[in-house]
Amino acid sequence: MRTLLRTTAFKIIAAYLLMFVLFAGFLIGWLGFATQRLFTDQITETVEAEVRGLAEQYAIGGIRRLVNVIDERGRRPGASLYMVTTFAGQVVAGNIGDLPDGTLTRQGWIETDYRRAEETAAARPHRALAQVYGLPGGFRLLVGRDLEERDRVLDIFGSGFRLSLLVALVLGLLGAYFVTRRVLKRVDAMTETSRRIMAGDLTGRLPVAGTRDELDRLAESVNAMIARIEALMAGMKEVSDNIAHDLKTPLTRLKNRAEEALRNASGDEQHRQALAGIIDESDGLIRTFNALLMIARAEAGNQQDGMASVDLAEIVQGVGELYEPLAEEAGMALVVSAAQVSVKGSRELLGQVVANLVDNALKYGQVEGQGGRIELAVAVDGADAVLTVADGGPGIPQADRERVLERFVRLEASRSRPGSGLGLSLAAAVARLHGGNLSLVDNAPGLKVVLRLPRMLGDAINANGNP
Amino acid sequence: MRILIVEDDRDAASYLVKAFKEAGHVADHAADGETGLALAEGGPYDVLVVDRMLPKKDGLTLIGELRRSGRETPVLILSALGQVDDRVKGLRAGGDDYLPKPYSFSELLARVEVLSRRRATGTPETVYRVGDLELDRLSHRVTRAGEEIVLQPREFRLLEYLMKNAGQVVTRTMLLEHVWDYHFDPQTNVIDVHVSRLRSKIDKGFSKALIQTIRGAGYTVRA
Repeated sequence: MRTLLRTTAFKIIAAYLLMFVLFAGFLIGWLGFATQRLFTDQITETVEAEVRGLAEQYAIGGIRRLVNVIDERGRRPGASLYMVTTFAGQVVAGNIGDLPDGTLTRQGWIETDYRRAEETAAARPHRALAQVYGLPGGFRLLVGRDLEERDRVLDIFGSGFRLSLLVALVLGLLGAYFVTRRVLKRVDAMTETSRRIMAGDLTGRLPVAGTRDELDRLAESVNAMIARIEALMAGMKEVSDNIAHDLKTPLTRLKNRAEEALRNASGDEQHRQALAGIIDESDGLIRTFNALLMIARAEAGNQQDGMASVDLAEIVQGVGELYEPLAEEAGMALVVSAAQVSVKGSRELLGQVVANLVDNALKYGQVEGQGGRIELAVAVDGADAVLTVADGGPGIPQADRERVLERFVRLEASRSRPGSGLGLSLAAAVARLHGGNLSLVDNAPGLKVVLRLPRMLGDAINANGNP
Repeated sequence: MRILIVEDDRDAASYLVKAFKEAGHVADHAADGETGLALAEGGPYDVLVVDRMLPKKDGLTLIGELRRSGRETPVLILSALGQVDDRVKGLRAGGDDYLPKPYSFSELLARVEVLSRRRATGTPETVYRVGDLELDRLSHRVTRAGEEIVLQPREFRLLEYLMKNAGQVVTRTMLLEHVWDYHFDPQTNVIDVHVSRLRSKIDKGFSKALIQTIRGAGYTVRA
């Protein structure tokens, strides 16, 4: 119960309940007040009409006629009240038996207690609204009307208010109980799952009820977050496995070369050669290490700061021009076709990616000894900029296309050609960093690498300082 | 040339001091930022080589304070932080060049020599001459022994950078940075191919080759 009282849902319901009760109180109070006004107006009008009638009788027949008329009217059943007394206070006529002392000495409209003539002194007094007049000869006349009807109606309003308060309370409490119970159950389930996830089970996901409410949306975003973390963790594990494998191998080679040189080298030239080999080997290691660092940084997504509007055409043309002589030497044609399109990104990372892709195409994109053609293109497709590097080489079998995007995957088992197997995974990581994606498709024949990035829309609007 | 090395790793520093000495220069060493700044402000150094992560005062602060005190000594930043944004930060702080670790000494030496030379030349020349090779930066004309050589714009810029630093070793990375404005590693020997193309235009048919390959370091233009 204590946890129930502490829940947000319960607090909200309590606040609503209070507001509802205040509103009901105001409504009923105002109705009561208006009704009382209405009754009072009617009573005063009736009494004033009665007084006018009695005044006429008095004018015709003096006190004697007035007493007779009152005597006669007092016997009729109804709410009208009359009383005539002498100057000594003796009751001459009327249907009132008892009044509080001093009532008759007051003038004008009075509200007072009274007892009817036939009632005993022990009976509960009634309320009346009356007017008192002094007549010649010390006589006093009271004309009034019983207020029982008005008070009964007001009583109904009062009990209506109390009843609605009770009903609202009961309904509100029940509602709060059920709602909080339902919500609490889901939150408890979420808490339970997150504890499991914190304990290291990243496969757990928060339950989604399918109601599309706030809790579902929360659960979905948290689930997406966990999925991302899971992927990152899997990536980390994969990287450490790969490092263990792919960096240890060249490190071992490095060490072996140095040992061999110490053991066997018999002259300066041989020492030189061994050392040159060692430097080459370390350069390769540094390159691999840099690529890994770059991938890690891109995947961590912490390079957003350095991002600016980048013209893809400029990048593609620049890299194309850089590699053109190399392609020519390899007997291949490098064809660049670029549409003007800007993306928000890092010129260096994108340049590195395009260079890697062209590099790959140069290495693997030709059929042995026949030359070939590499097409480097940028095009606009809806809200995306599409950068493609296509070659006419042997391509990559469908089954391997996903796999080559992973780190260190190289399709030639011998690993004899240069390369770290990181180019494509760097490209994929950079694509993700820029909010895009990388895919490999069949160029029939050959391989087509498609880098799809969200295009920068509304450059001109941005320049004006509007989002 | 007198070089100040501000580097907290003793081994790395003594290696550098020794290597600079072998290359015919004088090198001093400071092991922390404060000593480094004091030495830099007091001594007649041609180039400073500053590590970024230093005890007592980090490299970027050191450079900032040096610049504020009005000293224009060229500074090369040497750092394990080698990403593009790190470089930008370093150059904005007042560094003149940035070399990420791990580096090769030939690269460092080439850069330091180019840095020191740049300061000495003062106003930029409009015509570079090396032997009978002449490059006019205003008319974009290149002649050798009076005969005009037609170059592509990029070949022109490549030759321009080499000739501007004539006599100095220029590394592949330096060419990539200054001619192409790329700060990434293109993995393959693209620069070599560009230089060999340029060389075929400049040196073909002449008995003396002006563009020379310095093994393990880079290129140099020398008469």
